[in-house]
Amino acid sequence: MTAWRLALRLLRRDWHSGELYLLTAALALTVAAMTAVAFFGDRVERAIQRQGGELIASDLTVEDGHPIPDAFADQAQGLGLATALTLEFPSVILAGDTTQLVQVKAASRGYPLRGRLQVQANLGAPPADSDGGPPPGEVWAEPRLLPLLGLERLDDEGTQIALGESRLRLTRILAYEPDRGANLVQLAPRLLVNAADIPATGLVTPVSRVRYNLLVAGEGAAVQRFRDWAGRHLPPTAQVLDPEHARPELATAVAGASRFLRLAALVTLLVAGAAIALASRRLVERQTDAVAVMRCLGAPRHLLTRIVVLRLLAFGVLVSLFGTLLGYLAQHGLVLLAGDLFAQDLPPPSAAPVAVGLLTGLAALLGFSLPPLVQLARVTPLRALRRDLGTPRAPVLGATLGAAAALALLVWWQAGDAQLAVRLLAGLGATLLCLAGAVLVLVRLAGWLQSRARGVWRLGLAGLTQRPAAAVLQVAGFGVGVLALLLLAVVRVDLLRAWQEGLPPDAPNRFLINIQPQDVGPLRDFLASQGVIDSGILPMVRGRLTRIGDRAVDPDAYANPRAQRLAAREFNLSYADRPQSDNQVVAGRWWGPGEPPEQFSVEEGLAETLGIRLGDRLTFWVSGHEVSAPVTSLRQVRWDSFNVNFFVVSPPGLLGAEAASYVTSFHLPPGREAVMAELQRRLPSVTPLDVDALLGQVRRVMERGARAVEYVFVFTLAAGLLVMLAGIQATLAQRRGEHAVLRALGASRRRLLGALAVEFIAAGLLAGLLGSACAELTAWLLAGQVFDVELSFNPRLWAIGVLGSGALVGLAGTLATYPLLVRPPLEGLRRG
Amino acid sequence: MATDSGNAVVRAQGLGKEVSGPAGRLTILHGLDLCVKHGEAVAILGASGSGKSTLLGLLAGLDQPTQGGVWLTGQDLTGLDEDGRAALRSGRVGFVFQDFQLLPTLTALENVLLPLELAGVAQAGPIARAALERVGLAARATHYPRQLSGGEQQRVAIARAFAPRPAILFADEPTGNLDQETGEQVTDLLLDLRNAAGAALVLVTHDAHLASRCDRRLAMRAGHLEPLA
Repeated sequence: MTAWRLALRLLRRDWHSGELYLLTAALALTVAAMTAVAFFGDRVERAIQRQGGELIASDLTVEDGHPIPDAFADQAQGLGLATALTLEFPSVILAGDTTQLVQVKAASRGYPLRGRLQVQANLGAPPADSDGGPPPGEVWAEPRLLPLLGLERLDDEGTQIALGESRLRLTRILAYEPDRGANLVQLAPRLLVNAADIPATGLVTPVSRVRYNLLVAGEGAAVQRFRDWAGRHLPPTAQVLDPEHARPELATAVAGASRFLRLAALVTLLVAGAAIALASRRLVERQTDAVAVMRCLGAPRHLLTRIVVLRLLAFGVLVSLFGTLLGYLAQHGLVLLAGDLFAQDLPPPSAAPVAVGLLTGLAALLGFSLPPLVQLARVTPLRALRRDLGTPRAPVLGATLGAAAALALLVWWQAGDAQLAVRLLAGLGATLLCLAGAVLVLVRLAGWLQSRARGVWRLGLAGLTQRPAAAVLQVAGFGVGVLALLLLAVVRVDLLRAWQEGLPPDAPNRFLINIQPQDVGPLRDFLASQGVIDSGILPMVRGRLTRIGDRAVDPDAYANPRAQRLAAREFNLSYADRPQSDNQVVAGRWWGPGEPPEQFSVEEGLAETLGIRLGDRLTFWVSGHEVSAPVTSLRQVRWDSFNVNFFVVSPPGLLGAEAASYVTSFHLPPGREAVMAELQRRLPSVTPLDVDALLGQVRRVMERGARAVEYVFVFTLAAGLLVMLAGIQATLAQRRGEHAVLRALGASRRRLLGALAVEFIAAGLLAGLLGSACAELTAWLLAGQVFDVELSFNPRLWAIGVLGSGALVGLAGTLATYPLLVRPPLEGLRRG
Repeated sequence: MATDSGNAVVRAQGLGKEVSGPAGRLTILHGLDLCVKHGEAVAILGASGSGKSTLLGLLAGLDQPTQGGVWLTGQDLTGLDEDGRAALRSGRVGFVFQDFQLLPTLTALENVLLPLELAGVAQAGPIARAALERVGLAARATHYPRQLSGGEQQRVAIARAFAPRPAILFADEPTGNLDQETGEQVTDLLLDLRNAAGAALVLVTHDAHLASRCDRRLAMRAGHLEPLA
C-alpha cells in the first residue's frame, strides 16, 4: 500500500515538475503511430467482415465465368431456397460525349438475398435502404462516377446514359452495396443495372467476359443440401463461395497491407525507443539524490524497486491510453489519405486497438526504460553525504537486451511470423549499424572541418564532434525518418515515372476486349479508315487448367498466392501460326506448317509459377469439354510492350474451333479521343480499356497507399526530433556550464546562438545527407534489380532531404537550447 | 546481537575504514571508539578531508566499515545487509544535510511526510503539519523546495528529521551552506527541537561556535578521534 501511495504521489510530482514530458512525448508518439495503424486496419477488416453473409449478399453463391445451368436454380428453389442471379462485367458507358469504363452488375429480382442496398436520391442526400435493385430502364451508380462523367448532380428525371445498344436513365446514387466488400478496392466505378435490361444492350454473348453468380439463401439444412448437390454437379470452371471463404485473396491482401503498415509504425518505436532510453537515463540522474535520501530515511531496496516499477507501470498505462487517444485521432488522417480507395464507408473501429496501444506502450516502456530505472534502487545512501559518489552506471548490456527483447516481442507480434520478425530485426539492426558507422565517419569529417574553422563555426562543430555518441544517436535517429520518407517518395514518384518514360512513345495505350467474331471485320475497317495501326486482332479462348500431366490442378496445393489464383481461375488462351514479334522461344521450338495441332506454347513465367515443364501434357476445360496437348515450347514475353499477349498459345488446329472473342491493342495519339467515341457508337459491345487511365488509377492506388505509409513515417521523423531533444537534455548541464564560462569570458549571446545554430544545422544536414543517400541507393538498387528501369538522379529529392532536414533539426535544436542563453551566466557557474 | 552498555544510542568499537585509491590502499579511519548516550549532543570537528563525513556515514549505517563495528540503538550493524540497516534507520534515525537534500519534486509538507510514511506511521499528515509548524513554516507547506530560501529549506529538513521522533539525529555541516545569521537561527532551532525531543545528536562541523553548543566535542585528526576540552 505504501509502495502504491508513494509511487502515485511521486509520479504526480514528477509530472508536475516536467521531468516526464519528454518520456511522455516519446512513448505517446510510439503508441499513437501503432494505434493509428491498428484503428485503421481494424476498420478495413471490419468493412470486409461486415455482417457475415452480406459479403456475398447470400448464404451461398455459385460463381462461374459461363452461364450457370438452370438446373442449379431449379434445384435450389426445389429445396425451398430463395435465389437471385447477378452478372458482372466491365463495359463503357456514354453520357453526352464522355465515355467511362464501369464495372457493370446486372441483378435479377430478389437481389440482394442478404443485406440491403442503400441509395441516395442525389449527391449529398441522406442514404436510405432499398428493397431491391433498380427497376428496368434505370441504373444506379457509385457517387464517384458522376464527376468522372462531368456531372455535378443527377437530373430530376434521371440522367441519360448509353450502355451498349441501350439507353438507360441514371436515377440513384448507390451508397452501399453489401457484396461490394468482396471487391473492396475497385478501379472502375460500379453501375447497377436490372438484369432484364442486359439482353437489349447486346453486351453479353457466349464469348464475353462475364462473371455469373447464382445467389442462394434460406434455411441452413437446405443450404447445406444444396451445397452437397452443387458440389457433385459443379462445372470445372465454377466454384461455390460461402461467407467464410469468399475472396480469401482480398483478406490476404488487406492483412498483408495492414501488416506492412504495422511494421512501418514499429520503425517509430525503434527511433522513439532511443528517446525513451535517453529520457529514462536522465530521469535516473535527476532522481539519484532523492533515492539516496529515501534510503537514508530507511526505505529498503525492495520498496524502492517496487516504487520504481509501480510508478513506471502507472505511467505506462496512463501514457499508453493517451497515445491511443492520439492514435484514434490520427487514424482519421489515414482514412482521409487512403480511405477513398474503399468503395464504401469504413465502419467505426472496435476497441481492440486499445489493447494494442496498452501492450505496445508497456512493452516499449519496460524494454527501453526499466533497465536504467531499476538501477535507481542500487543508489548508495552514502551519496546523500558525498555528492562525488556518482549516479549508477548505465546498464549497457541490460538496456540493450531489454530494448532488443521489447522490439523483438513487438515485431514478432505484429509480423505474426517468427522468421519474418527475425529477418526484419536483422535488417533493421544492420541498417542502424551502417547508419551509425556512416554518422561516425561524417562526425570525424566535421572534426576535421572544425580544426580549420573559426569563431562560431568552430564552437558549433565542436558541439557536434565532442559528443560523438550523442551525435551518432541524434543523426542516425533523424536519418532513419528522412530515409523512410524519401524512399517512399522515390518509389511513389520517380520509379513509376522512370518506368513509364521507359516505354516506347508509340506503345499501345488502348486495348479493345470483348470483340465479337462478327465485329472483327468492321473493326479492322474502322481502324484502318482512321489511320490507326493495331497490333493484330487476336482470338481469345477462355479455359481453366485442370491437369498438368497426370496431376490434377489444385489451387490449395500451391503456396504462392499468384499460383493459387491462376490455378483457380480461367485464363485466356489463343491460337496462332507464328509467335508475336515480342515473344522469344526460350525452350523447345515453335510449331511449323503441317505439324500436328496438339501443341501448347507456354509463357515461361507462368510455367515457373505453376510448375509446368517442357513436354508436360496440359489439359484445359474449354466450353464444356477437355482440350489436351503437350507443351512443346516456352516463351519469354515482353509484357511492357503493351501488345496483346497470352500465357498459352496453340496452333489454330487445336483451339480454332472453340468459341472465341477477340482482343487488340493500338496506340492512339493524344487529341484523337474522338476516335474512341465514334468506335463506341459503331460497335457498342466492344469494351475499350484506356491504358493511360488504368495506369492513372494504378498510380492513384499506389500514391494513396504510399501516402498512408508516409503518414506513418512522419511519426518516425517526429521520433527523430525527440531523440535530438532527449540528447540535448542529456547534455544540458554540461552546456549550461560551457555557456556560462564562454559568457563570462566575453562571448556574446549572438555568437553563442550562432554556434548552436551551426551545431544543429550541421547535425540536420548530416542526417539529411545520410537519409537521402540511403534512399537514393535503395531506389537505385530497386530500379535496377527489381523493376529493370533506369532511374535518373533526382536533385530535388536531395534538396528536400538535405535542406529540409538541416532546417528542421537546426530550428528545433536551436529553439530547445535557446533558454540557456537567456539565463544569467552566474547561474550556470554556480550550478557548475 | 545487543551489546548495549548502559544507555548508548550509538556505539563504535575499533572502527576502521580503508578505500582503494590510485596510490593503493588509503586508511581514512584508524580503529575509532565512540559512545553516544541517549539525549547527548556530540560535535565532531575537523578539517576538510579529515574523515568526518565518512565517520558519520558509518555511524548511521550508510556504509560498511572495513574493520570494527557499530551498534545503533543497541543493534549490531555488522551482520545486517543494506536493507536491514535501512529498516533499522527507518523512524529511529534522522538526518540533516549540508545541502538540505529535500526532494525537489515534493512540497515541503510532502518532504516531511516521507520518513513517516516509510516508517508506516499512522496519522502521518497531522504529525508532519505539526512538525512544519514547529519550525515556523506551516504557511509554506505547499511550497516546493525551489520556492524556499536556503534557511527555509534547512528548516524543512529539520522538520523532516524530527517528525518521526528519532532516537538519534545525524547532522552533516547543517549550517555549511547558510549565512551566519541564518545559520544561527537554524542552529537554535536544531538544538531546541533536539532538547524537546530528547534525541541524541551527532553533529559533524568545522564551525567551532556551533560545536561549542554541544555537550561534548571531539576532534577528527588524520583518522583518529580526540576529545576536546
